[in-house]
Amino acid sequence: MTADEIRLTVLRLLGNIAPEADPARLRPNVNLRDQLDIDSMDFLNFAISLHKEFRIEIPERDYPQLATIDGCVDYVQGNGSNGKGESDK
Amino acid sequence: MSEFRMPSLGADMEAGLLVAWQKKPGDKVRRGETIAEVETDKGIIEIESFADGTLEKIVVPEGERVPVGTLLALIQTADEAATPTASAAPAVVPPASATPPPRGAPSPAVTGELVPTSSASTIPRRAVSPAARRKASELGVNVDQLPGTGPGGAVTLDDVQRAASAAPPPTAAPPPAPMTDAERAARMRQTIAAAMSRSKREIPHYYLSHTIDLEPALAWLARENERRAVTERLLYGVLLLKAVALALRETPELNAIWERDRAVTRPDIHVGTAIALRQGGLIAPALHHTDRKSLDELMAGFRDLVNRTRTGGLRSSELSDPTITVTSLGERGVEAVFGIIYPPQTAIVGFGKVVERPWSIGGQIVSRRVITASLSADHRVTDGHRGGLFLSAVERLLQEPDKL
Amino acid sequence: MSRITYREAVKAGLREALIGDPHVFLMGEDVGRYGGAYACSKGFLEEFGPERIRDTPLCESTFVGAGIGAALGGMRPIVEVMTVNFSLLALDQIVNNAATLRHMSGGQFSVPLVVRMATGGGRQLAAQHSHSLEVWYAHVPGIQVVAPATVTDARHMLGLALREPDPVFIFEHALLYPMEGELDESPPADLLHAAIRRPGNDVTVVTYGGSLWKCLQAAETLAKSGVEAEVIDLRSLRPLDMPTVLASVARTHRAVIVDEGWKTCSLAAEISAGIMEGGFYDLDAPVARVCSIEAPMPYAKHLEDAALPQPEGIVSAVMNLVGRHV
Repeated sequence: MTADEIRLTVLRLLGNIAPEADPARLRPNVNLRDQLDIDSMDFLNFAISLHKEFRIEIPERDYPQLATIDGCVDYVQGNGSNGKGESDK
Repeated sequence: MSEFRMPSLGADMEAGLLVAWQKKPGDKVRRGETIAEVETDKGIIEIESFADGTLEKIVVPEGERVPVGTLLALIQTADEAATPTASAAPAVVPPASATPPPRGAPSPAVTGELVPTSSASTIPRRAVSPAARRKASELGVNVDQLPGTGPGGAVTLDDVQRAASAAPPPTAAPPPAPMTDAERAARMRQTIAAAMSRSKREIPHYYLSHTIDLEPALAWLARENERRAVTERLLYGVLLLKAVALALRETPELNAIWERDRAVTRPDIHVGTAIALRQGGLIAPALHHTDRKSLDELMAGFRDLVNRTRTGGLRSSELSDPTITVTSLGERGVEAVFGIIYPPQTAIVGFGKVVERPWSIGGQIVSRRVITASLSADHRVTDGHRGGLFLSAVERLLQEPDKL
Repeated sequence: MSRITYREAVKAGLREALIGDPHVFLMGEDVGRYGGAYACSKGFLEEFGPERIRDTPLCESTFVGAGIGAALGGMRPIVEVMTVNFSLLALDQIVNNAATLRHMSGGQFSVPLVVRMATGGGRQLAAQHSHSLEVWYAHVPGIQVVAPATVTDARHMLGLALREPDPVFIFEHALLYPMEGELDESPPADLLHAAIRRPGNDVTVVTYGGSLWKCLQAAETLAKSGVEAEVIDLRSLRPLDMPTVLASVARTHRAVIVDEGWKTCSLAAEISAGIMEGGFYDLDAPVARVCSIEAPMPYAKHLEDAALPQPEGIVSAVMNLVGRHV
């Protein structure tokens, strides 16, 4: 998966969490919580959708790395976005 | 016969639109089962039955907007069904024409008519408007089998004329024009305005706040979440919810509703959770039996409530059952919340954000993560002393998170 | 047609009466030097003099009684009572004298008296100045009771009343005085007939006086939902023009009565009973009533608004009747 493909997928998942958001207007390097009306439940659901979509494990201590769109893309790439992530424990 | 009426799903609900019946006459219904969907200013709510039995008759058709308290349907309760219905009686009466009466003898037709009449008194008389009755007799239409679309399900002139012209009966009213987002937002604001104004007008609030050391709870949660898959993780809000519910068990005086001139304590603990809507406004449905649920059950229930609050499909009991609401504004940086009670509830507990503060433990200043819990409570129901005990209990319970 | 206020219309009617007949005179509290509690006789004292514009003591039984005496003596008195609440002090004169003398004298005497009074709430004047007690008078045989709701009726009803040989009571809703409307210069045919102010086929809304405008406003709202309300202005509260009401109900099959009086024993109750007696088989739904709530009129604005019939309440009463026929 290329970085652009990952980015598009991340935006689609964000759209599911915050349907009122316009993906074109989201800035990639600004904290998502400052751009979107999302709370901790929304963020948890977003993390779950990343986990399911990319089949990667996301420990809670890694949450800060998912704060921006760029961060999400980097994180997914760094954790084996080739579909060989760990399965559920 | 149990009467199924339009329930009040909030202090200031005046009317509801019957969107859909999920049961039809003759269907079995169980207590707590959803039998209709109603649209209120707060969205579409599933209305539950209060009785076990059989749906006997639908009085208000789909598409009609009726005031709170309006009879919607009749439910024949289980014990009533055990006794034979009187309407079976006419079957054993011989037809009046079977034996022609001897001249001068009292006509059996008279007694033959009496039986169905007396048995009919146990069945609600078919409501037919005078104009419809007159038109029906002119056109030779039998009104007993007509669906009624008038007030209270009465047969109207239109119903008779429709039947006479063999037009198909109306299935449902043309749905009212869907509300625009702006209208929906305006209605939501009006509803909140009415409830909050009533609260400040009628409920003498007292306010307490208490800063709680959340370090043990957060440390426990971090350890717990570390060994859980992302799909199984808990939010600290669930710990707060459970602590409030257990504290409520210790101070049952707060778990009450003020009715006329006295506080009526509720046996069960149903804590409402304030959930903000994306388009503005909020709803605070209950997590039923909050004190008896495990943290995992509460997490699942909370996720489900957030989902249904935002997509529709809350149940009537979830809106009418809470005695207390928990609201958290910490995610937006608020330090302390001083909430307005949602009538007819008697308290609202607010949580601010988790902040690191210098904290003195045994004479040592340490850095701890703390949260400010506040209580707005109805002074008619409890006093500050009781409220203080309650907040202390919340604090104590949060110090032993593994027991929550 | 010209646009004038209801107050100007009342004043024009009074002026015409005073100019047209030297037997006519105006009497009441503050009608002279002050120009009338509602300024309907401003400048009259200077124009017509103290013989014909007479300020009276604050004693309703006395000046209404004096009006009855003057009428018996051949004059054409117009008596102004400040509000219907105060008129209760003159009930004995009205019920026991004005209404009875023709009958008790075997037709030898008549009392051609006109009494005007303000009625109705909505001005934050609380429970002693705001009630709609027209029905108390509409109950009494021997008198006529009318309620002008439009500037045209406010302009012309007085002239028609002065032609009557028996007492006529004119009820002017106090909220209407500043209202502007189109004046029709030609007088209506008589005092007795109700007027259809808005035609419609779905429901008959029967009303009078100040409530007419709330009903017309409600009818506009209803029209947006496809419900066409026929709005009937009774004009005469005694006798009631039931034939006009019944003819309308025969077409619409539904009736809502809007009456600012209290519901119990109200004009709305009387009209409802009249519809039941004369139009039962035309009805497709129960007759509904929108009245003031059964409490002394509150002072506080929001409570007074809640106590009085309002367009929203009229709309919902109609919607309940028409149900799914929208």
